[in-house]
Amino acid sequence: MNILGLYNYWIVVVLMLIGFYIVIAHENLIKKLVGLSIFQTSVFFFYISMGKITGATAPILDEKYELYSNPLPHVLILTAIVVGIATTALGLALVVRIQEAYGSIEERDIQEQDAHDQLECQLEAYGPSSMEISDEQEQDE
Amino acid sequence: MTTHLPILQVIIPLLAAPFCIFLRIPRLVGIFAILVSAAAFLVSCGLLQQVITAGTISYKLGGWPAPWGIEYRIDILNVYLLLLVSAMSTIVLVAAQTSIKKELPEDRHVFFYTSFLLCLTGLLGILATADAFNVFVFLEISALSTYTMIALGTDRRALTASYQYLIMGTIGATFIIIGVGLMYMMTGTLNMYDLAERLPEVNTSRTVLSAFGFFIVGVCLKLALFPLHLWLPNAYAFAPSIATAFLAATATKVAVYLLIRLVFSIFGIEFVVTVLPMQEIFMVLGLAGIFAASVSAIYQLNIKRLFAYSSVAQIGYMILGLAIGTKLGLVATLVHMFNHALMKAAVFLAIGGAVYRIHSAQLIHFAGLGRKMPLTMAAIVIGGLSLIGVPLTVGFVSKWYLVLALLENGWWPVAILVLMSSLLAVMYVWRTVEWIYFTPPRINIDDVTEAPLSQLIPIWILVLANIYFGLNTSLTVGLSKMAAESLYGIFGGVL
Amino acid sequence: MALSAEMMLILTMVVPLIAVGGIAAAHKYPNLREAVTITASLILIYLVSSLYGITKAGGVVSVQGAELFSDLALSFRIEPLGMIFSLVAGYLWLVTTIYAIGYMRGHHEKNQTRFYCCFAIAISSAMGIAYADNLFTLFIFYEVLTLSTYPLVTHAGTKEAKNGGRVYLGILLSTSVIFLLLGIISTWYVTGTLDFRAGGIFGEEHRKAAAILLPLFIFGIGKAAIMPFHRWLPSAMVAPTPVSALLHAVAVVKAGVFTVLKVCTYTFGIDLLVSLPTRDFLLYLGCASIILASLVAMRKDNLKARLAYSTVSQLSYITVGALLATGSGALGGAMHIATHAFGKITLFFCAGAIMVASHKTEISQMKGLGKHMPITMTAFFIGSLSIIGLPPCGGTWSKWYLMVGAADTGKWLVMAVLMVSSLLNIAYLLPIPLKAFLSEDGVEKDRSFQLKEAPLPCLIALCFTAFGCLVLFFYPQPLYEIARAFLEASGNYVR
Repeated sequence: MNILGLYNYWIVVVLMLIGFYIVIAHENLIKKLVGLSIFQTSVFFFYISMGKITGATAPILDEKYELYSNPLPHVLILTAIVVGIATTALGLALVVRIQEAYGSIEERDIQEQDAHDQLECQLEAYGPSSMEISDEQEQDE
Repeated sequence: MTTHLPILQVIIPLLAAPFCIFLRIPRLVGIFAILVSAAAFLVSCGLLQQVITAGTISYKLGGWPAPWGIEYRIDILNVYLLLLVSAMSTIVLVAAQTSIKKELPEDRHVFFYTSFLLCLTGLLGILATADAFNVFVFLEISALSTYTMIALGTDRRALTASYQYLIMGTIGATFIIIGVGLMYMMTGTLNMYDLAERLPEVNTSRTVLSAFGFFIVGVCLKLALFPLHLWLPNAYAFAPSIATAFLAATATKVAVYLLIRLVFSIFGIEFVVTVLPMQEIFMVLGLAGIFAASVSAIYQLNIKRLFAYSSVAQIGYMILGLAIGTKLGLVATLVHMFNHALMKAAVFLAIGGAVYRIHSAQLIHFAGLGRKMPLTMAAIVIGGLSLIGVPLTVGFVSKWYLVLALLENGWWPVAILVLMSSLLAVMYVWRTVEWIYFTPPRINIDDVTEAPLSQLIPIWILVLANIYFGLNTSLTVGLSKMAAESLYGIFGGVL
Repeated sequence: MALSAEMMLILTMVVPLIAVGGIAAAHKYPNLREAVTITASLILIYLVSSLYGITKAGGVVSVQGAELFSDLALSFRIEPLGMIFSLVAGYLWLVTTIYAIGYMRGHHEKNQTRFYCCFAIAISSAMGIAYADNLFTLFIFYEVLTLSTYPLVTHAGTKEAKNGGRVYLGILLSTSVIFLLLGIISTWYVTGTLDFRAGGIFGEEHRKAAAILLPLFIFGIGKAAIMPFHRWLPSAMVAPTPVSALLHAVAVVKAGVFTVLKVCTYTFGIDLLVSLPTRDFLLYLGCASIILASLVAMRKDNLKARLAYSTVSQLSYITVGALLATGSGALGGAMHIATHAFGKITLFFCAGAIMVASHKTEISQMKGLGKHMPITMTAFFIGSLSIIGLPPCGGTWSKWYLMVGAADTGKWLVMAVLMVSSLLNIAYLLPIPLKAFLSEDGVEKDRSFQLKEAPLPCLIALCFTAFGCLVLFFYPQPLYEIARAFLEASGNYVR
């Protein structure tokens, strides 16, 4: 079997990895969501191509045709697309709120601000002595 | 009417959720939500009764027969969890009436109840359905509404926690549909029981192995198995207390249910144990989770985060029970799922009661509260004792069965490790107790009083349940044993 | 009032708990609160004494509680050893309460309500331990006892008290959870029962398992304070003196050695015990504990610390007595529970009285104290004699039987250890009263406050217990008879 014979799955795998890489590697929250969408889209492709049979037609019963594609994966993936849209929409809404609350959508900025909050809690709990240690830790990082 | 109970279980909260938005008046919506949840609880009671008298119920959605249409199949395992989830949501919703007043702005209350009911729908749906793709849909319904609920938390870190969970949760769910797709490719069916029949013919193919791999990683992300738990502590810590209590009591349990279904009903324990080294993987990850999360819990400053880490550790116990791969191990897991829901719901609701009064979940602000809120704090202590596994509480029952199952399987060293791990629980619980009872207050708590009655009653119902089910285990252990029997019955078991 | 014996048995546990409610309700009125405690302890004495009368006349009293899970039930039965323990704990509760009233008021302690509440819970669980008819029931009350005494140890709320509390809870819980619970579950797994039976529950075929389980039990019963798990006892000395006196000289530690005796005789059975290969090792470890703890005691200048190490040493007498696995050894151990209780509580009462009256805690400051506190120091002298085992005090008898037991087995090393230890006892205890009476310096120069005897309730209590020491010497017959009945009940005899 030709290694490129199943090119549709290669596309799926490549897209999936690209999407996954973006989610992991990018600091920007919007870019992460873009990655997530690509990741999900690859799965849509996977399902759609799964149902396709070479030389077959849409499953509308007609005497002229004998070979039909499997409609079920396509129907399923419609649902998944809707879910994907809802996820992206919710994610973007969250990013808007994060921008309002933190003034940034870069993960590093947000983490720094959170670490600062955490430090304040520590200071309140254990007094200034713990602050010095934490400061050193921060510098180390 | 009674024949339609399986679908009513899911459809009642589903239809009620948008209705909430039309009702608009927060007070009314709150009461409406309680009624809906109570109705769901009654339905699951009815289902339990039906399952016990007449055996497994198969419900065909729209009258389409099973492999083509969507089937809802209620057996003893899911009715056990349906009961748990609907009972917990009802109790938690009662406490929600006052609790969210202080934690959420007025105009969000309706949305909170809407998401809550949607989340309930999702969880109940996952439990009821026998269709693998349907599982994904309900999983996303519950997940999306959970992200919303978490993001409603007052702290801005709730937003990042929710975002983080959204990314991880979506990856997990996508993994699950990849798994479902691969299984469909090999078998041409989505019905779990149909899958179970057809998979053995092809279960040595790499496609099925990767389907299993994708599915299991996705589910483990959802149930926060160490080391895929990173989303959980922040999500629990910054969500509104009510959401935390509900999620801690139910969401991860439902994910564990999914894992059990996957392992026992779809692939079969023999496949899981013989083809793949899942026993070893689960044992190592379970133990690692127990220890790593318990140690992290000891160092937390935020009390909600502390108990969130404890949840991760407790999930380790459940996975460990599965890893044993015997009937008794499964019983230990199932019993612990129920018991842990009771403990965590009690603890988080009690924390919610305190947060209602002092507007903080920092451990240091709990200093000296033992005097001011004796009943609420006693609930945290009893819940904590239960987590440790002190006799007369449910935690002891769980530990007893887990250790017994480990001994039966000859895993002595693991049994010792499990018992040692409860000392870590002692440490984090006792750190809390020392702050609450033996430290002078750090903030002004002069006019702090007991949590309002509408919270105190649910809290103490749960606390008493912690003790009652520690003494009378006929429901928990009885149903767990029946469920384990039936799950092993399908494949004969490898006892 | 005609109460059935079964009812009385239940009431021994319930009465202190009812008292907890009364004490908590009367928290604003100290006099009423203490009246409640005293009334409860009087009722308890009545109950325990009547039960003694019934069992002495040959009656069998047992209560079969509800079955919990895995066929395990809460069940109680009065057998002679438990009778000794409950009599000692019941009578000394009254005495200690009287003492505590004087002490707590004299010392102006805070949180007295919490103190009396926890005290009553501790007594209730001590009764549960005494009458438990299976290991499971015993374990439950054992853990309740640990938890209820924790607030008493950390009573002062200082950093030191909290650290002491951590060590206390840490060691007691970890030994009981890791070793004892594992031992109990394994026992259940091996034999299928946890009942206490005459002659033990292990059959010949379980010899190997029993050999492994014996160390688990001996180490697991941390309350018996065998080295190296003795550190909790000195740490617990941060507690107020009445707590040290009743709990850490009587109830808690005696619960430990009581459990050891009970497990050795009723779970393992003396006949099996004697042939277990692990027994010798544990026996010599017990001997080492006796000597080492005595040596440490000699080096302690703080009176309570010295008494604590003396307790560690004396407890190992009983453990050794049980492990000797002869009739006389077990008899001596059983009697030592009572005689040591009276001796040691006297010493602790005196230590507390000295602290209240003169604020002295170090032995080196107590020279010449005898002139100012003649009654206290005389009682101290009597208590010392009893601990050492010299006439005319009760300790003589129990040590005698322990010696006989050692001689029976031909273990001359054990005999030598008992002898040497008695000499060490003399060396670290007797100098204290002698210097108090015979030395001149010290107190005379310090005229900053009027030095006089401790408050009257304290004096009454310590005179009573000192008198008890003497009575046990001149009138040991009843104690000897119960101890003998215990041997018969456990299927043994004394030559």
